[in-house]
Amino acid sequence: MSDDVRYLLGLADDALIASHRLSEWSSRAHDLEEDIALSNIALDLLGQARMLFTLAGEREDDGRDEDALAYLRDEREFRNAQLVELPRGDFAVTIARMLFFSAYQAELYERLAAGEDEALAAIAGKAVKEVAYHLDHATQWNIRLGAGTEESHRRAQQAVTDLWPFTFELFEQHPELRQSWLERVDPVLTEATLVRPADEDSRFRPTGGRDGVHTEHLGYLLAEMQHLHRSHPGATW
Amino acid sequence: MTKNPLWEVFVRPRRGLSHSHVGSLHAADAQLALRNARDLYTRREEGVSIWVVPAADITASSPQEKDAFFDPAADKIYRHPTFYEMPEGAEHI
Repeated sequence: MSDDVRYLLGLADDALIASHRLSEWSSRAHDLEEDIALSNIALDLLGQARMLFTLAGEREDDGRDEDALAYLRDEREFRNAQLVELPRGDFAVTIARMLFFSAYQAELYERLAAGEDEALAAIAGKAVKEVAYHLDHATQWNIRLGAGTEESHRRAQQAVTDLWPFTFELFEQHPELRQSWLERVDPVLTEATLVRPADEDSRFRPTGGRDGVHTEHLGYLLAEMQHLHRSHPGATW
Repeated sequence: MTKNPLWEVFVRPRRGLSHSHVGSLHAADAQLALRNARDLYTRREEGVSIWVVPAADITASSPQEKDAFFDPAADKIYRHPTFYEMPEGAEHI
């Protein structure tokens, strides 16, 4: 597999797994409005994943389409960052992750949209508007949770503390994006009265997702996501 | 289940048309109401502009007042501009 295809699969897997975790909120969010908002964002990410899988499949030239890449690979072949596979947690966890991940996607897609790879630039150019909305949604909610009640602040702070170590892996391939990512994330946390660990205090930096090394959570996610396609190969509805 | 206040949503389908009432939703504050409205009422390209208004701030006529409010207009056909001849070629009147 070429480096190009491996890179595209990393982007696609990030979007697919993040999408699946958000889709778990369908019918479970705190009100109908947020339920639809989370599902909309999940569908945006799924659309990005589909375009990226299709492009990766064409370039791999081994007969694998988007479904084969999404449903017929095993855990060790998934190349998403570990951040997106962690359990959805409570609403604060989902919203903190959306802030970290969509700010990263915003930086990355802006860069890719101006890049030399025309097919990838076209996908990124479409996605960058979607991601801007995801980032806005996460920003609005982080501020309200962080600066809300005592209980919402406690949960939002716990989410930031727990997820922060997993953000370092996002920048292994693009270290140059981290500073501008911090410039997006830090002001939101400040306004939300939330505190993130200083870099010198962050020695726990889980890694390995891009090489197929995952937390124990991804296997369960894939089992649920893939079983229908594997039980009924080629089924349509 | 939710204690969030109710908001009425008005969407302008495209430039040149007026905002029309499309429905209502619950949200904790105006900014979230606007965003919820985007997700609920414009996800199929229904609009180019959204207003949200707290439902509690709308003063509405009540069904009991219906007769007093609206019936007196029923027999006053002279209020309609149908007694004038329409100039030929005049559009949008």
